Order: sequence, then structure tokens, then C-alpha cells
Amino acid sequence: MTDNGHLSGEFFINGDVACAEGAISAGCRFFAGYPITPATEIAERMSRRLPVVGGTYIQMEDEIASMNAILGASWAGVKSMTSTSGPGFSLMMENIGLGVMLETPCVVVDIQRAGPSTGLPTLVGQQDVMQARWGSHGSYEIIALSPDSPQHMFDLTVKAFNLSEKYRVPVLIMSDEVVGHMSEKVVIPEISAADLIYRKMPQIGSGPYHPYKADESLVPPMAIAGQGYRFHVTGLTHDESGYPAMTAAAQDRLITRLVDKIKTHADDIILYDEYMTDDAEIVVCAYGITSRIARYAVKLARQQGIKAGFLQLITLWPFAERRVRELASRVKTFIVPEINRGQIVYEVERCSCGKARSLSVPHSGGDVHKPETILAAIKECHA
Amino acid sequence: MPDHEGNGHSIIAKYLRQDRLPHIWCPACGIGPALNCFLRAIDKSGLDPDKISVISGIGCSGRVAGYVKLDSFHTTHGRAIPFATGLKLANPELKAVVFSGDGDLAAIGGNHLIHAARRNVDMTVICINNFNYGMTGGQVGPTAPYDVRTSTTPYGNFESPFNLPLLLYASGATYIARWTVLHLHQLENTMTEALLKPGFSFVEVISPCPAVYGRMNKEPEGLDSLKSYEKRSIIKNGADPKDVGITQNGPIIVGKFIDVDRPTLHTNLAVVAERAKKQVKNS
Ligand SMILES: Cc1ncc(C[n+]2csc(CCOP(=O)(O)OP(=O)(O)O)c2C)c(N)n1
Ligand code: SF4
Ligand SMILES: [Mg+2]
Repeated sequence: MTDNGHLSGEFFINGDVACAEGAISAGCRFFAGYPITPATEIAERMSRRLPVVGGTYIQMEDEIASMNAILGASWAGVKSMTSTSGPGFSLMMENIGLGVMLETPCVVVDIQRAGPSTGLPTLVGQQDVMQARWGSHGSYEIIALSPDSPQHMFDLTVKAFNLSEKYRVPVLIMSDEVVGHMSEKVVIPEISAADLIYRKMPQIGSGPYHPYKADESLVPPMAIAGQGYRFHVTGLTHDESGYPAMTAAAQDRLITRLVDKIKTHADDIILYDEYMTDDAEIVVCAYGITSRIARYAVKLARQQGIKAGFLQLITLWPFAERRVRELASRVKTFIVPEINRGQIVYEVERCSCGKARSLSVPHSGGDVHKPETILAAIKECHA
Repeated sequence: MPDHEGNGHSIIAKYLRQDRLPHIWCPACGIGPALNCFLRAIDKSGLDPDKISVISGIGCSGRVAGYVKLDSFHTTHGRAIPFATGLKLANPELKAVVFSGDGDLAAIGGNHLIHAARRNVDMTVICINNFNYGMTGGQVGPTAPYDVRTSTTPYGNFESPFNLPLLLYASGATYIARWTVLHLHQLENTMTEALLKPGFSFVEVISPCPAVYGRMNKEPEGLDSLKSYEKRSIIKNGADPKDVGITQNGPIIVGKFIDVDRPTLHTNLAVVAERAKKQVKNS
């Protein structure tokens, strides 16, 4: 263990544990959660690790409380996280919206299982990805990442904290049961303060503090409780002072900024990976656990002489709109396998603007796609 | 309520966001006097105001967070307590005060209320009990006495209310008191004590809502409710919480009911953190 409490070296751990270690490495020192398969191992790891590194773990009475507790902790100046799966994610929705409205950095992990309702508690799904985007009421933008391995769980959890602190927004890690429960080698690097981002704070002596007055970055500096600013924040529509402002004009001004602070920084936020897309006529687009199978299916297709390529969405939201648009202008077909009955495929279709065809390879959940299923879809498009 | 030396005004100036006035409350609403007592209690407590955070949910009572000149958080309906729990646990130097209504705290937020009391989180909860949902136009709430009229019980309330002190006692709160807004002096002292009490303290404030609850229950003027409180209140410090339930026309028992000591969540967490560090060092 290093001085600042995070592990470094090589480990053989599952995705949930890697996520917890990513949080510790990112400086997370508050975790509130409620047990749920297949995310429980994150909470258990945090309950073991946080007291040792000077942090606080608490099991709340439900996921609504957990979500609010991490918002409160963040306003006390401490990086905070919660983890859950579908049923708990649904309960968190209203207060993810509060996090967006108060511009509160925090990280929410959803280890997706198959639903709706209690569904298949122990088996995989990727069915909450549209909920991640639209689940809280109102108009807003959010950031969501999709890891494909325990190593990715570690790396993207660190990334999630950095993005949430930089843009003052809850960041969602949309993982799944297979990634959460699979064990693989995870390399945890030495992490120094230089690798970590902490929210911009108000400059003392720069005049009266307006909690929601932003510069051209559109992200306002954030005071924390107890510093003497005596600020007010509210989930009501508010102006730069933080006070309620009950007009359509104030609403437009606030919501436009909340949306634009993510949209105008899309290039900084959006991560994707590509394989053999240069001359591809068919591009398989996938995320999370499905991307590992899709990549393999593309490899098989290439062996059979088919010009197939692969686009892995690492950032789900904001959507990699520009890249999909570029590819759409020169590929014939996108194939989108996902462990749901078609969600991200509609985004791909939207961004293709009719220039390329989009084909869904749906799966109701419970296990992952077979490579042959994706390969068959590629061959069908090729024929 | 300035005293003869004008101190009241300076307290208002110190702790009230005067740039937010006029406030949204109806004339003769009980929330104003309760807030006045709260500001005086803050002053009296000697706590560093820079370290006090006020957290509210949603409702007329929940608007208090918007008027206090302190770090203040207006959260979502029912969720002030878990928000405050996270804030307090993350920085134990802060004093967390939740100020909200009966519906917010005991209906939609009821689960959080009992769990915070059970954990004995260091937190003061001030509950404005006006027996209904004022903000949304006077619907029945979890403290509305049997048979009262509200906008959703036009033929009389067919449910029974929570006796909040009993609920909080059973849940483990270490300080429980109730006053009406007639008892300004006692309320101020009680709030001061509650603010300084380690662990979970709960202050119930029986408060008129003339605009909606009063109008539907033969107390259309704020004064009508105050007169009724005067007639019905009985001061009984140390009363057994099981004996303080409120009915439509029966007595309103007020006073400090519970003041006991129990290790707080924070002290228990510190013990566990020490143990964790030792175990890891030895392994
Ligand atoms: C999730 C949710 N449900 C319902 C509402 C509507 N609502 C706003 S205030 C309120 C009741 C408030 O009652 P109480 O806490 O007693 O406060 P009072 O207005 O009486 O002071 C309700 C139901 C809401 N804001 N959020
Ligand atoms: S509706 Fe009732 S509780 Fe709300 S401000 Fe008016 S009198 Fe007060
Ligand atoms: Mg009420």
C-alpha cells in the first residue's frame, strides 16, 4: 500500500473489487450503498478499505438514501461513490437529477443485471443504458462510461472521478454482471496527485461568491460547506446566486448551461476504441462485455475475407455522435449487439442520418451473445 | 421579535438572508415564528455559524433553507436527512440541522427519519408539524389527527396519525421535545439545547397553517389556532412519549420528553476505524 492508501502492483481480482480500488486510488473517501447482487462486492470492499484510509463507509436504509448521502458528502468536500444494480438504479433516479441540478461531483456505479423488475438478479444485462441517459425527469446531460474488463473497471473508475470533479456532474459507470464478477489480472499503477482532478474552488478575495456563476468553461467553482461562504443551493431552478428564480428565462439560462457544459466538452469526455475500421464496410458497434465478443466476431469475419470493423463505445453518454457520423459516411452497415432489445442501436441509427443501415442484434439478458450470432449477422449483411 | 435592546434585529441581520425577502409564507403561518426561534437559538448556542449547514426537503417548511444566512441545501422531498447524514459523516466538524415539514420528514422521508435516529447520527431535526401538506394545498399527512378535514379527506380523515415523539423514541433518538409556536421562549431554549446535544435530537413544532389546514378545520385565522393551542397545551416535561399522541380536539402535551446519552454514530465509527487500522497493520 502507498502512503495515500491506494494499492499498486499486479492483482488477480474481479471487476467489482477493481472498481472499489479505482475509487480508493481516485481519492474517494465516502461510500454509501445498499446491498444488491451483482454490485455487493463493491460495497463489501469499500467497507473493508475505507476505514483504513481515513474514509467513511455507511450502509444506508435504501438506494434513495445512498444517493443523497453521497451528494451530501460531496458538498462537505469529500469524493464520494455509491454502487447498485437495476432496481436500486431506478430508485436513485430522482436524486441523480438533484446531483445534476446542484452540480455535484460524485460517481454512481450500476452493475447491470437482466430486468425489468427483479428479473435475473445474478445474470447479466445491459438494459439500463437509456435509463442512464434519460432516467431522471427533466432536460439534462450526463456522463456514462462502459467498462469491458476488471482492468477497465479500475481505469474508468479513476476516470469517472476525474470527469465528475472537472465537470461537476454525477458520472455513471454502466458496467454489467459479467464484468463485475469476472476475475482477471489488474495492474494498479502508482497514482500521484498529478493524475487526479479536484473540483475548482472559489478564489478567496475575489468578491462575493455566486455558486452558479461560471466562466467560459461553463463549470462554476464549487465552495464546500464550512468554508464561510454561507451559500445556498437548491433543486429549484436558480440563478447565478443560487437563489430560486421561477421564470422561463431563468430556466432556459440554467438548463442551456447545464447541457452545454457537457456538450461543448464532448471531445474531452468521449472515449472509444476501434479495430479494423479503416477499410470496413460493416462496423460492429458494441460496449461493455459485449464489445469483447463483438471484437472476436469481427476477427473471425476478417479471416473469412469480410471487410468488417469494430467500434467500441467506452463513453456511452454523451454519445460518440461525431465518430458514428463520420463512419456512417463510408460504411454500409452498423451492427449493434447489446444485451437488451435495442437501445444504443437507436442512437447509432440517429447519427447515421440514413447514410448507413443499422442492424440490431438484441439479447434479452441472462447470458452474453455468442460470437457466432454476431458473425452470422455480419455475414448476412455481407451477402 | 427584537428585545428592548434591539438585539432581535441584529440576530435577523446576522442569520437571515434579507436579500431574499419578502418570504413566501402566508400571513400568520407558524413557520416564521419557528424560524425566528431557530435563529435566536443559533446565536445563543455559541456554535460557529460558518460550520452550521441547514438542510431542508420540500414543502413550505422546507423553504427555511432558502432564508437562513448559513450554508444551506434545499434538496428533494423527504431526502434532507440522508443528504445531511452524508454531509456530517464526510466532515464531522460541521453541525447538520434538518429543518422541514411533517409530510417531508414522516411520510415520504419516514424511513430516513427512523434510521437516522437509530444510528444516532449527530444531527438536529426540526419538524414543523402543521398536520397537513401545506405547500400542495392542504392534503392529509402522516400526522393529521383522525377525522380532521383536509383537501383529500373531505369526509374526515379515516387514518390514524403518527405520534412523532413516540416514533422517535422507539427509533432511538436521544433528545425529543415538542412545543407549539405559542411557546416561543421554551422553543428557543429547546432548540438551543438540541443544537448542542451530541447525537440525534428531534424538535417537533406544532404550527398553524391558517391558509389551508386551518381554513378546513374551523381555524381560518392564525389566531384561532393559537387560541386552540393555548386552551389545549399542557406542559409536561419528562412525559412518557406513549402518552403524548395528538387528537383533533384533545390536549397537546408539550415539553422536553427525552434527554438521554448514547454513543453517537460518529464515536462508534471512530472506534471501528481504529480497530481497522490496527488489524491491517498486524496482518
Ligand atoms: C417526490 C415528490 N412527491 C411529491 C411532491 C409534492 N410535494 C411538495 S411539498 C409536499 C408536501 C409537503 O408537506 P410538509 O412536509 O408537511 O410541508 P408543509 O408544506 O406542510 O410545510 C408535496 C407532497 C414533491 N415535491 N416531490
Ligand atoms: S400554506 Fe400553510 S404552511 Fe404553507 S405558508 Fe401558507 S400557512 Fe404556512
Ligand atoms: Mg406540513
